[in-house]
Amino acid sequence: MISSDLNIVLPEIILAVFSMAALMFAVYTKKDDTAPVVTWATAAVMIALGLWIAFSPMENRTAFNGAFVDDGFSRFAKVLMLWASAIMLLLSQDYLRRNDMFKFEYPILIALATIGMMMMVSAGDLMALYMGLELQSLSLYVIAAFRRDSLKSTEAGLKYFVLGALSSGMLLYGASFVYGYTGTTNFAGIASTIKSDGLELGMIFGLVFLCVGMAFKISAAPFHMWTPDVYEGSPTPVTAFFATAPKVAAAGLFARVMFDAFGGAQGDWTQIVAFLSLVSMFLGAVAAIGQTNIKRLMAYSSIAHMGFALMGLAAGTEEGVKALLIYMAIYVVMNIGTFAFILNMEKDGRAVTDIRSLGMYSKQSLGKAAALTALLFSLAGIPPLVGFVGKLFVLQAAVEAGMAWLAIAGVIASVIGAFYYLRVIYYIWFGEDAEGIDGRMPSLHYVTLMGSAALMLLGIINLFGLEGYAAAAAASLLQ
Amino acid sequence: MDNLLSVVTFLPLLGAIILAVFLRGTDAAAQKNAKLVALVVTIATFIISIAIYTQFDPNNTGFQLVEEYEWFGGLTYKLGVDGISVLFVLLTTFLMPIVIGACWLVTDRVKEYMILFLILETLMIAVFCALDLILFYVVFEAGLIPMFLIVGIWGGQNRIYAAFKFFLYTLFGSVLMLVAMLAMWWDAGTTDIPTLLNHTFASETFSIAGVTVVGGMQTLLFLAFFASFAVKMPMWPVHTWLPDAHVQAPTAGSVVLAAILLKMGGYGFLRFSLPMFPVAADVLATFVMTLSVIAIIYTSLVAMMQEDMKKLIAYSSVAHMGFVTMGIFTLNQQGLDGAIFQMISHGFISGALFLGVGVIYDRMHTRDIDAYGGLVVRMPAYALVFMLFTMANVGLPGTSGFVGEFLTLTAAFKANTWIAFGATTGVILSAAYALWLYRRVVFGDLIKESLKGITDMDRRERLMMAPLVVMTLLLGIYPALVLDLIGPSVSALVEHVQSATPETVTAAVSKASH
Repeated sequence: MISSDLNIVLPEIILAVFSMAALMFAVYTKKDDTAPVVTWATAAVMIALGLWIAFSPMENRTAFNGAFVDDGFSRFAKVLMLWASAIMLLLSQDYLRRNDMFKFEYPILIALATIGMMMMVSAGDLMALYMGLELQSLSLYVIAAFRRDSLKSTEAGLKYFVLGALSSGMLLYGASFVYGYTGTTNFAGIASTIKSDGLELGMIFGLVFLCVGMAFKISAAPFHMWTPDVYEGSPTPVTAFFATAPKVAAAGLFARVMFDAFGGAQGDWTQIVAFLSLVSMFLGAVAAIGQTNIKRLMAYSSIAHMGFALMGLAAGTEEGVKALLIYMAIYVVMNIGTFAFILNMEKDGRAVTDIRSLGMYSKQSLGKAAALTALLFSLAGIPPLVGFVGKLFVLQAAVEAGMAWLAIAGVIASVIGAFYYLRVIYYIWFGEDAEGIDGRMPSLHYVTLMGSAALMLLGIINLFGLEGYAAAAAASLLQ
Repeated sequence: MDNLLSVVTFLPLLGAIILAVFLRGTDAAAQKNAKLVALVVTIATFIISIAIYTQFDPNNTGFQLVEEYEWFGGLTYKLGVDGISVLFVLLTTFLMPIVIGACWLVTDRVKEYMILFLILETLMIAVFCALDLILFYVVFEAGLIPMFLIVGIWGGQNRIYAAFKFFLYTLFGSVLMLVAMLAMWWDAGTTDIPTLLNHTFASETFSIAGVTVVGGMQTLLFLAFFASFAVKMPMWPVHTWLPDAHVQAPTAGSVVLAAILLKMGGYGFLRFSLPMFPVAADVLATFVMTLSVIAIIYTSLVAMMQEDMKKLIAYSSVAHMGFVTMGIFTLNQQGLDGAIFQMISHGFISGALFLGVGVIYDRMHTRDIDAYGGLVVRMPAYALVFMLFTMANVGLPGTSGFVGEFLTLTAAFKANTWIAFGATTGVILSAAYALWLYRRVVFGDLIKESLKGITDMDRRERLMMAPLVVMTLLLGIYPALVLDLIGPSVSALVEHVQSATPETVTAAVSKASH
């Protein structure tokens, strides 16, 4: 019994054991000199685990009396998160080294956060959910303040911690309501109680508080306040990490809780999610217009993108979950490419975040400018770039679920949002000549930038088969 | 060749990739090479596209040269042409070598310029060939990207404002169309355009929030498509992006915009709005025709007062597109024939007029009408060509401009006398602004010092103008060349619309009035 359970959680255990071992190894050897080794090893383990999960046979299993679910949905999210984390980790090295922050704790904290994320998308129980969420969050609080001597970074870490703790509190409060009314923390148990007794008032309270807590984590408006500040204050590689894997985890968790635990109360939570989606899309689009700091801009951009992703969830159908997963995968690739560029925005050794410094960048470096332009058009959701395909799927899901109003609102928000991406493109191609950034870019970043831009351009041909995987994953969540 | 349409569509893109990958350097030789490659590719595309013309059977009203492959998400990559679209494909391939010729004097970032025009050509051809709803949307929207960059990078003084306005205006119209397309996909279960053409969308009148929607779902879908196509056309009152974009765009950009991109709106009405939502088209025909007439009169008056030549021609384009929408929504054979003819002919005429402005702009670097006068003394050949196209723009019999206007006016007279009356005054006004422009620029005494050294058109400019002169006269004298090709498809379309409307509309209207 126990051995078969352990077999199911083996990827998580391997990563956990690895991070402990790496921690010991680094502590008892030459400390920060080992950072590169630990980084490469961590990334290698993550990529290997991702491959293993991707190629393991598709079957739905649960462990520990349903507290841990291993199905197509969680595997899809895990592969995405592991690879995104690994790439982000490798991209961070250069920046950390230049800014004298390359300590061995960094890769280990990222690995721990990744274990937390893997737990989140596999949670089949409110306890497991909270455990995963906190493991992820605590690691993230620390790396947000990783630049200890910077006021902004420590401020970001503290802000993130305080608001994150508040949201965890709300989530726990909601969980206690749910437990009180159903007598179980197991998702299957909650679902069967809802099926037999319907949704009582206290359960609605519980549901709302759970949603609020998760909306904080996914940075959906109106619970997004921490995002711009934390994105701006954190060291850029940390921002880049925040924008990718944790978002997938939060979206996966949201879908997991809604469908597995509250599948019987769909009419109630789709309203909440639709509201979150609507507000996020508009807030993300409107608030970014005045931003000139590229990190804040990306923060608002991620809020708007989460709004779109939640539109897929709001549809409450299998198509909707498929759309959500496709959207998240595309979103992650776009962000990895964009941040590969942002990590190298610097002038004379100092990081630059003002978008005006990109003035006439296309004259300076045509290839990189073209790749960044493709990514920005993709973020704006303009066809034929893949960012449009993600929007197409969520809009389709919304229309088919009878939420045409949400789809119409979404496309209007996307037009507003297109403005600020266009503004960056305008600086790159026909703004004032600024010579604001150096041309330096390590080959790893160059390959990542070019590669993700190429994916954006070529993906329109067949999406690289992503749709089939997402459909299978969505089917496994809803059965 | 089985994949003729794909070959024609993607050949320019291939040229763009070759330029992007293999062409290095920015010196004069590299620039020349970039222009030559682009010219060769566009000419090759035109030559191959002639095969479309020879293989096309006008008496077959269905789609021809169809290619179909699986895409993702239940979509298909499907191309094909019928009598309505085939001429637009040919118009595009015909004009692109001329457009490339118009770029010959550009020296700033030439390689990128050529790449963008080649990408734009692929997207424009694909718009007219696409037989899948989402494929159409993708290529329709994607055209904004190269055009945004063309206006933004190589445009005039106020190019940034113009580029943003162009992009956001057009995008806003299009996204509503996207939602309508998704609703159609959901309703019909397919995105295949030939199937959708025969699908009947619900047209029962219903009311939302106290507002009675005559024509029901069809009307809502129609309006969403209308938002996109009316901006693209552009129709009054959403035409304001066009004068800005035209004035700021470089000459070649203006030519593409006026000659081809504007036609996408009209093509969209013919391909989607009319056959797919016939009831809604019938309900809203008077509304659209009224807007068209307002556009014709109002923009003609505005054109008369312009100081800037490009702006004047831009406003006259809006007026001429008014004839097109008026013709389309008369919903009869002459109107549709006339509208398509007018679009084709306007492609040649407006393209030539913008080239004409470009010719003197390249010499004097100003578009102010006041800066010119008496050009006939130094530029006799230019005066002659410009005269021809000014007259064609007015609609002089013997030029292609006459046929389209005459047919649409006849059709309008059948449909609604008042509409025809209003539109005809527009013809008079167009004569007023065009002739006045011609008088101020070309005639009079050559008194301005700066103009004394101006030279006549050189060989390149004559070569660019020659095909346009030939086509304008040829279509003016022998319009059957176009009308025979589009006739069967248009009459099938008219039949389809009329068979779908009479009883349902009367029922809907009488129900609404109760």
